[in-house]
Amino acid sequence: MKSKFFGSGIMKGMVVTIKHLFRHPVTAQYPEQRLNPSRRIRGVGLVWSQTRCTGCATCAKTCPQGAIRIVTSASLPDNKYKVEEYEVDTGYCIQCGLCVEACPYSALYFGRGIEKARYRRGELVETKEAMMETPDREVSGYFYPERAAKLPKQTLLLEKIWEKK
Amino acid sequence: MLNAISFQALPPDWPGGFWWHWLVFTIIILAFVVGMVMAFIYTERRAMARMQARLGPNRTGPFGVLQPVADAIKVLLKEDIIPNKADKLVYWLAPAVAFTPALMIFAVIPFQNGALLADLNIGILYVAAVSSVTAVGIFMAGWSSSNKYSLLGAMRDVAVVVSYEVPLVLSIASVVLIAGSLSLNQIVVSQTIPFILLQPLGFIIFFLAGSAEINRSPFDLLEADSEIVAGFHTEYSGMKFAMFYLVEYAEALALSCIITTLFLGGWRGPFLPPWLWFVIKVMAVFFLMVWVRTTLPRVRIDQLMALAWKVLFPLALLNLLFTAIQVLAIPMAMSWLMIVINFALAVILITLWARLFKVGWGRVEV
Amino acid sequence: MALKTEPFAVNIGPAHPSTHGVFRMRATLDGEVIVDLEPVFGYLHRGVEKLAEERTYTGFIPLTDRLDYLSSMANNLGYCLAVEKLAGITVPERAMYLRVILAELQRIASHLIAVGAFLNDAGAFMTPILYMIREREKILDLLEMVSGQRLTYNFMRIGGLSQDVPEEFLPALKKFVDEMPRWIEEYEQLLKENEILIARAKGVGILTKETAINIGASGPVLRASGVKWDIRKADPYSGYDRFEFDIPTGETGDSYDRYRVRVEEMRQSVRIIKQAMEQLPAGPVRAQVPHLIRPPAGETYTHIEVPKGELGFYLVSDNSIAPYRLHIRAPSLINLTALREMVLGWKIADAILIFGSIDICMGEVDR
Repeated sequence: MKSKFFGSGIMKGMVVTIKHLFRHPVTAQYPEQRLNPSRRIRGVGLVWSQTRCTGCATCAKTCPQGAIRIVTSASLPDNKYKVEEYEVDTGYCIQCGLCVEACPYSALYFGRGIEKARYRRGELVETKEAMMETPDREVSGYFYPERAAKLPKQTLLLEKIWEKK
Repeated sequence: MLNAISFQALPPDWPGGFWWHWLVFTIIILAFVVGMVMAFIYTERRAMARMQARLGPNRTGPFGVLQPVADAIKVLLKEDIIPNKADKLVYWLAPAVAFTPALMIFAVIPFQNGALLADLNIGILYVAAVSSVTAVGIFMAGWSSSNKYSLLGAMRDVAVVVSYEVPLVLSIASVVLIAGSLSLNQIVVSQTIPFILLQPLGFIIFFLAGSAEINRSPFDLLEADSEIVAGFHTEYSGMKFAMFYLVEYAEALALSCIITTLFLGGWRGPFLPPWLWFVIKVMAVFFLMVWVRTTLPRVRIDQLMALAWKVLFPLALLNLLFTAIQVLAIPMAMSWLMIVINFALAVILITLWARLFKVGWGRVEV
Repeated sequence: MALKTEPFAVNIGPAHPSTHGVFRMRATLDGEVIVDLEPVFGYLHRGVEKLAEERTYTGFIPLTDRLDYLSSMANNLGYCLAVEKLAGITVPERAMYLRVILAELQRIASHLIAVGAFLNDAGAFMTPILYMIREREKILDLLEMVSGQRLTYNFMRIGGLSQDVPEEFLPALKKFVDEMPRWIEEYEQLLKENEILIARAKGVGILTKETAINIGASGPVLRASGVKWDIRKADPYSGYDRFEFDIPTGETGDSYDRYRVRVEEMRQSVRIIKQAMEQLPAGPVRAQVPHLIRPPAGETYTHIEVPKGELGFYLVSDNSIAPYRLHIRAPSLINLTALREMVLGWKIADAILIFGSIDICMGEVDR
């Protein structure tokens, strides 16, 4: 027997368990207490900017899942592409972020939504009107540090005080 | 000091006549069992959760107090499924046979001086006899669900219960030697020094053997999730399953009450009313059981049987021998000497057994 | 008169009570003792190696996350190193050090789950695994700060990292590294010398040195059997030769030794992170690499040390935007081939404990 008294290993373990009784729990009571997610959170759903998008479709080519659908037509007076449909199927999207990194014109951002459950699969497809940036649909700081600096700080478990000193 | 505060003993047919006494105490016992079982379930979930750095249930009712009620309602509303080839009568009777002895034990436990349903003068022997009938109920449950894994689980359970009866009864015998009577009320009255100080080894043996009898961690391998079967109550659902669940907590309550009566001094204590002391001590013993459950891993079946026969049984016999010697040799006035001798004996015997005996087989050559 | 007995077969089915994924074992029992064991897997097969031929090199990185989903950063690292070796790309210095920090953080997180699940299989009713999950939560917060996700990070790119770490990362990392040794001490105190655990795990499921080397085991399973082999020391990658750390080994190769080796590796990882933080240079974190990269035609095998063992990527390229063939040498699958030999002669409760101590992840085994 390594321990000098049989049962000392068990006693030590029980001391650890009883110490936890006098500490605060580390859980948060969702949905009353919500923690702040990361500033770079890759949420469900993207944010698209109509003014900067030129319809080059680099994002659609980069997506490994093929979740982005773009339909453009030539618009003769300005000699530019006019983006008619821009749809993202959030059911196929795996939130990898390759499209946000690939866009050469900074027209695509990540959204910050996390509670995006729907009852029907068809409702998961987001069209271009729904994807513009509004005060409800915030932009996450993934890949764009100047937008990340404006978001609230993330709640870290390291900083939670749960021991009574 | 403690002697002077002991209350007047209640007469054996207290409000007046045998049947009124029986009625009043049956109601008290039923209320006590139901209330304390709900308190136990609640305490177990909350205390275990706090020890694991999380909160327990706190949504149903203020502080989650109505959680056991919610569990009971959920279980009552479930569909009662009976397997096709099950033996219907035995299947139906098994929960009742398992539950009734657990309830019958409370007839002899004193809540106050003389406040028992029946002050039998063979009290503790009645308890030991009745608590073995639960094993019959469990075996009936395993046999009647036509499932070979339930049967295996039930047979294991019967083997464990029968093996652990022996050290249990031997440690009870040591306490009875010191107290001088089998009646539980008398045992409490004669505890001027609580018997846990006079019988530390006996307390440990009784606690371990009792935990094994009621299938509680660290000996709960029959209800474990990481074994391939769920045990003897695999095929039960609905109210019958609730009865088995209730049996587990009612037996834990019975074990706590008996430990309190035999080792901790029952209802004795200053300032507060005696039944309140009794409840406090029962909750303290149960808290110890919850603490042990949260911390320790599970023991394997062959290690469990080896523990009963190679370790607990000889230790209980030696405890009985040395207690008998001390009761004859040391006069009543020098009881503190017994405390010193018994603690030293406990340390020596446990160390000796740990060095000499190996628990469990190793690898079998295939 | 001898009792006539007959062995019967039992199915420890795909819906496992232990937390290791969809895995099935057909065990033949003689009484309580296991006389034969046949593992059946393939329930999580997704065809990842074939999918690699249809995605671009960069587009495959999210799929490497999902191989061993408990240690995604390490899988990303292995794949990126394989492509960089084939294409001849040098990674900037800051990216190398940050990759080491992220890979070691991931190693601690994966070992926490491995140890927690092992102790949970031993029967300690969720207490150790909940404590380990609390520590893992701190690491996941740090990794979420860096990449935005908690489980499938997709953070490493061919040529470095996707972006630089934010400025609040390093102070938080320092706080974590300062506090971690104390928590490892407390968890050791909980169950290291517990007599019940020693009786259940010591001497159980022994894998001898010769068998371990013969079957090609790697990682903590190999090191617990007494073989001092770690790819970080034997074939260093990404700057590991600049750090000082020890390689813990066991003596007998039983389940208890595998548990001890993992706990010691966590301590060594904390040591590596401290050194990497001190030596971290400034600079870019991503080399200039074309988006649709076309490595020259050739083949390579690159292996790294992930928490479960040795992860290898065999990559064949034919100068197009997608790999011609990619094969993944999964450590969990190779370690699993020793299961039958380790389990024969023990009982069912031991089989579950031994299986938990090998620590596999079904995403890797089935790919």
